Amino acid sequence: MMWQLFVKEINTFFNQLTGYLLLTAFLVALGLVVWVFPETSVLEYGFADLEALFVYTPFIFVFLVPAITMRMIAEEKKSGTWELLVTAPLTNGQIILAKYLASLALILLALLPTLIYYYSIVQLGDPVGNIDSAGFFGSFIGLILIGAVFAAIGLFSSSLTDNQITAFVIGVFFGFVLYFGLSALAALQRNDMALFIEELSLSYHYQSMGRGVIDSSTLVYFLSLIGGLLMATGIMIRRK
Amino acid sequence: MSLEVKQLTKRYKTQKALDAISFGAQSGQVLGFLGPNGAGKSTTMKIASGYLLPDEGDVVINGVSVVEQPKAVSKMIGYLPEHNPLYLDMYVKEFLGFVAGLYDLKGKNAKDQVKSIVERCGLGPEQHKKIGQLSKGYRQRVGLAKALVHDPEVIILDEPTTGLDPNQLVEIRNLIKDIGRNKTLILSTHIMQEVEAICDKVVIIHKGNIVAQDLLHHLKAEKGLSALVLETEEPLEKSWFAVLPAVRQIQVIKHNELEMLTEDPVQLRKELLSVVQEKNLSLLSLRKQEKNLETIFRQLTQN
Repeated sequence: MMWQLFVKEINTFFNQLTGYLLLTAFLVALGLVVWVFPETSVLEYGFADLEALFVYTPFIFVFLVPAITMRMIAEEKKSGTWELLVTAPLTNGQIILAKYLASLALILLALLPTLIYYYSIVQLGDPVGNIDSAGFFGSFIGLILIGAVFAAIGLFSSSLTDNQITAFVIGVFFGFVLYFGLSALAALQRNDMALFIEELSLSYHYQSMGRGVIDSSTLVYFLSLIGGLLMATGIMIRRK
Repeated sequence: MSLEVKQLTKRYKTQKALDAISFGAQSGQVLGFLGPNGAGKSTTMKIASGYLLPDEGDVVINGVSVVEQPKAVSKMIGYLPEHNPLYLDMYVKEFLGFVAGLYDLKGKNAKDQVKSIVERCGLGPEQHKKIGQLSKGYRQRVGLAKALVHDPEVIILDEPTTGLDPNQLVEIRNLIKDIGRNKTLILSTHIMQEVEAICDKVVIIHKGNIVAQDLLHHLKAEKGLSALVLETEEPLEKSWFAVLPAVRQIQVIKHNELEMLTEDPVQLRKELLSVVQEKNLSLLSLRKQEKNLETIFRQLTQN
């Protein structure tokens, strides 16, 4: 039952030109940043690592992920098809999970081609294979987790309204605050409070993963954030 | 198989959309659920389908409560919401397959069901088109097919025939009649001819209260006021007739033609003729119209 909904979500994404455009724009932007722009290009940089990829992808994710999720609840509510879903034997939890997993799958799909970058750098390194693989995969998993958090934020904002543009704007805003806002706030001062705020920010945990270490507090942070957001989404779509 | 609405109450903020309404429908019966726009028809149907929660009361389908077990109930119900929402970028067959999957039909079973429902709803020639390309009549059929694809025992149709042309109307009505033969079917509408053509039982709701519920032929025998239509050569004024004791309601048809509802057509005729004489009008016609559901409906829901 959930599977049908999952497949439907993926199909809807690719049924529209926007789906392809989004993914293409994402990959072109990343490609330019990593390989072409002289400021950030690995080839100019001269070191065999993909820092550019990991620094700039979250910037793009802040916009890309809400664009993937904005439609998922808002548009169904607007067109009335939400009534079809809710009156089917699926529980609300299953509906949310199916839609969430579909957005995760799309994010993974967008990230997958960047593995080619890794392979290229492995080959380009001197000697071949001279790359911090642990750091790469730590950051890569970090990226996936950031995408997962943004997807939960996006789905939640989509449940707040029946206008997908509004959902997009809210999603971008919350994503931005969580990733950049909190760490910027923390940078204003150096005291215990700042440290606490720093630890709440996405970028703090993401950077710790970039060192190739995935500790349990980071995992707990990501999972509880995602779980909390999905539960909040569930509350928003309760029967009234 | 049965559906029972028990003491259903629903408030939107301070406004009471439904005020403790109760009625029931049995298998093999088509129940017409009538009321003016905004009377609470859709709200009732949304609660019965599990989309909304009532403030008080319950809808019980085959002994299962929709408030407590919405998901168990949803498998027994086929629901066509108002405005017939559909995924316009899906193909007809794809959509029906998707819905079959949502209702936990699998593999060959699902395929067979989709195939038979496509045939039954006359969607054969359109089944490989996108829903967005279909005409309104065909979309309505897709909506019906959606409600029927999991072979539910109770079928709830919220205004299934709005916006259809006369040919499509007849086709959809026949389809609904056919379905209603061995299922419990509830259908909301404000088209009275439709009710007279399809329904066995009628529930009329007005401002959240039930104002009549009976078998159609009982209702027509008991409740109806008679309607007299007066036509003269000269223009008529409503005020001349509003004062007559036998008149219950007046409707202007044309400037020289009025329809009046009454309990006592014989008395009213006498009164009308005396007015005609008094005002020196030339009478063209004075005829009594059959009691029909429309007059009953107007009488019960106008105030």
